[in-house]
Amino acid sequence: MLRFIAGRLLRAALTIVMVVTFAFVVLRLSGDPALLILSVDAPPEAVAAFREAWGLDRPLWVQYFSYFGAILQGDLGQSMRDGRDAIDLVAERIPATLALTLPALALKVGIGIPAGVYAALHRNSATDRVVMVMAVAGFAVPSFVLGLLLVLVFAVQLGWLPSGGQDSWRHAILPVITLGIGGAAVLARFTRSAMLEVLGQPYIRTASAKGVSWRAVVRGHALPNAAIPTVTIVGFMVGSLIAGAVVVESVFSWPGVGRLLVVAVSNRDLAVVQCVLLLVAATMVTSNFIVDLLYGVLDPRLRTARGGGKG
Amino acid sequence: MDDPLVRISGLRVAFDGVPVLRGVDLAVGSGEAVGLVGESGCGKSVTWLAALGLLPGKAQVTGSVVLDGQELLGAPMPLLDRVRGGQIAMIFQDPASSLNPVHRIGRQVGEALRLHRGMDGAAARAETRRLLDQVGIPDAGNRMEAYPHELSGGQNQRVMIAMALAGRPRLLVADEPTTALDVTIQAQILDLLATLRAETGMALVLISHDLGVVAETCDRVAVMYAGLVIEEVSSARLFDAPAHPYTQGLLSALPPLDGLPRQHLAAIPGSVPEPRALPPGCAFGPRCPRRASLCDEQVPLLVDVAPGQRAACRILGADVPPAFGLAAA
Repeated sequence: MLRFIAGRLLRAALTIVMVVTFAFVVLRLSGDPALLILSVDAPPEAVAAFREAWGLDRPLWVQYFSYFGAILQGDLGQSMRDGRDAIDLVAERIPATLALTLPALALKVGIGIPAGVYAALHRNSATDRVVMVMAVAGFAVPSFVLGLLLVLVFAVQLGWLPSGGQDSWRHAILPVITLGIGGAAVLARFTRSAMLEVLGQPYIRTASAKGVSWRAVVRGHALPNAAIPTVTIVGFMVGSLIAGAVVVESVFSWPGVGRLLVVAVSNRDLAVVQCVLLLVAATMVTSNFIVDLLYGVLDPRLRTARGGGKG
Repeated sequence: MDDPLVRISGLRVAFDGVPVLRGVDLAVGSGEAVGLVGESGCGKSVTWLAALGLLPGKAQVTGSVVLDGQELLGAPMPLLDRVRGGQIAMIFQDPASSLNPVHRIGRQVGEALRLHRGMDGAAARAETRRLLDQVGIPDAGNRMEAYPHELSGGQNQRVMIAMALAGRPRLLVADEPTTALDVTIQAQILDLLATLRAETGMALVLISHDLGVVAETCDRVAVMYAGLVIEEVSSARLFDAPAHPYTQGLLSALPPLDGLPRQHLAAIPGSVPEPRALPPGCAFGPRCPRRASLCDEQVPLLVDVAPGQRAACRILGADVPPAFGLAAA
């Protein structure tokens, strides 16, 4: 088990290094921050001074290694716009983002899983078809379209809810719904197929044949098995808590990490973009790691395969 | 049989309008061992899944299944839940996938004890251990904590049997219990079933496509073909005096024990008819060496052909010359 955890940690670290490297290279190939921040009309001396100040005149590999050295010492760099620490800029935006993504996650799990289970238990019924049509629609409609639609209906036409901003909890309702519906749809489809797969297994028939009531068969025998694939999807959703709201934050002018990222990318504010990406990678990797550990809890077959014995 | 434990009569099952069972009649007496044989798809398993209400909802089931004077078809779920495992237990072909992979085997056996005997806690654990002991699981106390994937196929089947015994059923339906197991393990499981039947006095229905297995374990054998029981005969008479041409065909397809090498096995020509395209009259007609015109007139009923032997063949008793000779009968 220790070997398993050590192996996973090593892979996690490698993944983060790759993400950071990729971001570093792409950002430096795709535009010159000096020209973007100072404008193209800036005098050449000013541009040269800016480049020197931020170390952009040095060879790429020197920049790369000094950047990595700084990360290892906990220094994630400064914003080129106002010189503040990138980590502070990002950190102060996290609560706003979580204020959207956490309720949205609750919405996804709270609607998606029960809907999927219900649809599977009433396979081919009218309810099942309705749930699945809604799931396909919820999955197929991009979040910016859905967001704009909701604004059109509930803000513009009905005037019930504000269309953007972050002044009260009412401002969060539309973005949370926009974020939640797509995920709930994905989760509903996934849970349904996981349940159908499990309900067709011989051990479900065995449980019925020994006199377990259908409710108890579903609760005690089907759900624990169907949870194994479903946890994967929920894990992805947990992993995207930080960066999953880029589009929705932009649509609803919500000052979270996503908006910060969009602005920082268009400004080539290198340190800020890299800081966000590092955070995103770390969250994703952490949640995947937790999912892996959860597999072991949920599925005894994996526990044995990992050398955990009869736990 | 005057007062059987279970009497199945006129049991019909259809999936999406396609008939799978076409009026099965079968009775099992208390403590009796009955074999149910036939090719894959002839309806052996479906008969008992239907009797216990275990078929998927889209199956249309009609007829009657009476246990102890009580009708099971269409019975309310709470009654069925008490019958399943408590009166009639069932074990299945593939023990590895028939046990829940995420629960310890002790818990799975204990669940049946709780449901049918109200046992919990230490008492249930002690009884689980005794049952696992009884079915021959070594080191039962520790094995209770194992998961199904940690046991072999034969041991899993023993766990299934222990689980079936937990509710002290009066009938155990074993659906091809040895098909997925090694030959040596097969014999052990069959021995175990015979021993347990002697110890507990429960009746046994052994579903199999292996005539030898069935004849050895059972008192009486019912042969099924295309959704009907076409012959019922004592195990003793099965090999000596099979009546139905299909049963005769099955027996002549067995490899002879005197085993002369390179001898061709007799095969029944043709193949089992599709359930949606059954021939008129006797479903075996198109493959039957003794087919005559009256065979196509109507579906033959089971009639007595000898004491303790019934067959569904209109040629028997009727004085009709065979259309063409029985090959090497």
